[in-house]
Amino acid sequence: MAYVAVKGGTKAIEASLNLLNYERIKAGKIIEVETIMTTMRSLVDQVMSESSLYSPFLAALAIKQAEGSMEEAVFLLRAHRSTMPRLYHSEVIDTKDMFMERRISASFKDIPGGQVLGATTDYKHRLLDFDLVDESFIENEKWLNTFKEALPVIENEKQLIHYPKVVSYLRAEGLFPTYELNNKNPIDITKENIQFPIERSARLQILTRGQTGAVTSLGYASLRGYGAIHPTVGEVRYGKVPIHVHVPTETSTDIEDQYYIGEINLTEVESFVPITAKDKDGVDELQFEIGYGACFGKNETKAIAMSILDQCLEHPEVAFPTHDEEYVLLHIDTVESTGFISHLKLPHYVTFQSKLDAIRNVKKEKASDEAN
Amino acid sequence: MKLTKHFAYFDEGAKKEIRRATLKAVAIPGYQVPFASREVPIGRGWGTGGLQITLSLIGKKDVLKVIDQGSDESVNAVSIKKLVQSTTGVGCTDQTSAATIIQSRHRIPEVPLTKEQVIVLQVPEPEPLRSIEKSEHKTKTLHAEEDYSGAWLQLFEQIMMFGRTTTNANHPVIVNDRYVMAPSPIPRFDNEKLHQSEALILLGAGREKKIYAVPPYTSVRSLAFDDYAFLVENFKGKTCRLCGAEDVFLDELVNETTKETEYQCNDTSYCLERLNNETTEEVGEYV
Repeated sequence: MAYVAVKGGTKAIEASLNLLNYERIKAGKIIEVETIMTTMRSLVDQVMSESSLYSPFLAALAIKQAEGSMEEAVFLLRAHRSTMPRLYHSEVIDTKDMFMERRISASFKDIPGGQVLGATTDYKHRLLDFDLVDESFIENEKWLNTFKEALPVIENEKQLIHYPKVVSYLRAEGLFPTYELNNKNPIDITKENIQFPIERSARLQILTRGQTGAVTSLGYASLRGYGAIHPTVGEVRYGKVPIHVHVPTETSTDIEDQYYIGEINLTEVESFVPITAKDKDGVDELQFEIGYGACFGKNETKAIAMSILDQCLEHPEVAFPTHDEEYVLLHIDTVESTGFISHLKLPHYVTFQSKLDAIRNVKKEKASDEAN
Repeated sequence: MKLTKHFAYFDEGAKKEIRRATLKAVAIPGYQVPFASREVPIGRGWGTGGLQITLSLIGKKDVLKVIDQGSDESVNAVSIKKLVQSTTGVGCTDQTSAATIIQSRHRIPEVPLTKEQVIVLQVPEPEPLRSIEKSEHKTKTLHAEEDYSGAWLQLFEQIMMFGRTTTNANHPVIVNDRYVMAPSPIPRFDNEKLHQSEALILLGAGREKKIYAVPPYTSVRSLAFDDYAFLVENFKGKTCRLCGAEDVFLDELVNETTKETEYQCNDTSYCLERLNNETTEEVGEYV
């Protein structure tokens, strides 16, 4: 009778997966994907942003499957993304056309169009609201009706305005340099290999899909002392932007021939950073540069931190780690950092045996040296 | 809403891109080719580089073997096998000689590989110079200029400090007399199997986004000095407690009853095959 291989691993995995499912459903409650999508908007936004896949439904499904674990949910969506063919590129989005829901400037009180506070927790006192323990549909409905009645009525679309960018006003005043548009095709970091030093388009992509906590921490470190950037938030805007695609088989570049495929929610930040530059006579002069941050959904902290890091990485000559693109960009990706940290749980028997051998040899050598 | 899975998980565009990087790697032995590493449904750092190569190469007639630190039944090896099998339907085997593609973490099987086979090694850290230079941009330049003084100095320092080189797994090698390469953390014992290998050796680092290769019949030398030779792990006088094998990489175990140290083949399928050959010799073929 022949020996057969032990199937311990296969059985252990099966049992572990069963146990995992048991833990998820044992309480007898089921949360609808729709409920996650509509009531956990911040979580959904973060998952979409970190996975670079804009789909509130799939993000909510991932959150459900991951039982609320951010790293797992993002991982699920990223892996799903790998199976999708990439058929089109969207056309450039001009955020001045944003359908604004919120827009503030920390640089100027009176910005054209005014400050629009929108929905924000910034001024909500962080007190646990115990009323939410017994929330009722009827009460919510009543509240909603009163709220809607009090809203001003918009009679026609002419009453809608597009808010100009704060920076455009400053440019008109001559306070900001005007740059030529960079219309080079951006690098797609998910399709092309990246090599350092890399272009800004690739940097911005890595930053915008970075783990919220990691981007925030590094931005904070730079602001606090481990960096040379002290920005003022020129503008934070949040709202909806339309996405158009151009069919590559059609030769026309007319905007009317593009297809509208939907809209996404976007947070965008422009930070103003004073820097010293040489003017044409070689004399030091003070200038402003812009640090740019943008991410899917509403995540202002991340977008602001991103704008700081973008500006840091534009100045690699500064000797802080937050200005080192390899240091920043290679360590903020959630799938990569959580993956490598967690791989330490894998068996390392062979490598450890090899290490033991090396240490024993050194000890033996030392002992024989001492004996001589 | 149910979705059917695509053959070998990736969309065709992704597989093509991985194959292109692999071809370039074969053309420049030991050179790390950057590629747009995709996310796969197993953890990044858990063999995703190897898995991407396997998925890009595998066809319906292939037979796959996956081992993790020598074992076919290690949980992560099983998990990788399950994923490839569920997206391709290919057959899997434990028997080294029956496989056409072998994906392995940190071991090269004891059974010599043939020219019909491809071995895919999972790599956590593809850059052999990383411990000397942290910047990717700079290590790339060092490779381009064939400046390997750092790698040599590191070995020299070990000799000065400890009287011998103290590398464990992942002892650096020179491929085709040109590129210094991290052999992935295979034990030094396996380094010699890289030299003039009949099988194509592909190495994939998913998180670090690199693919590199040792084509068949390529020279691979372990870094060493003339007066301080390269030494593999020493199992002299030790044999496998199950099959009695010598000259193989052994796992060190403690017998719970006798409290004595015992040894066993690390390559589980090799051990099993030997045991089965023994029984066949004793009692004839079991039908």
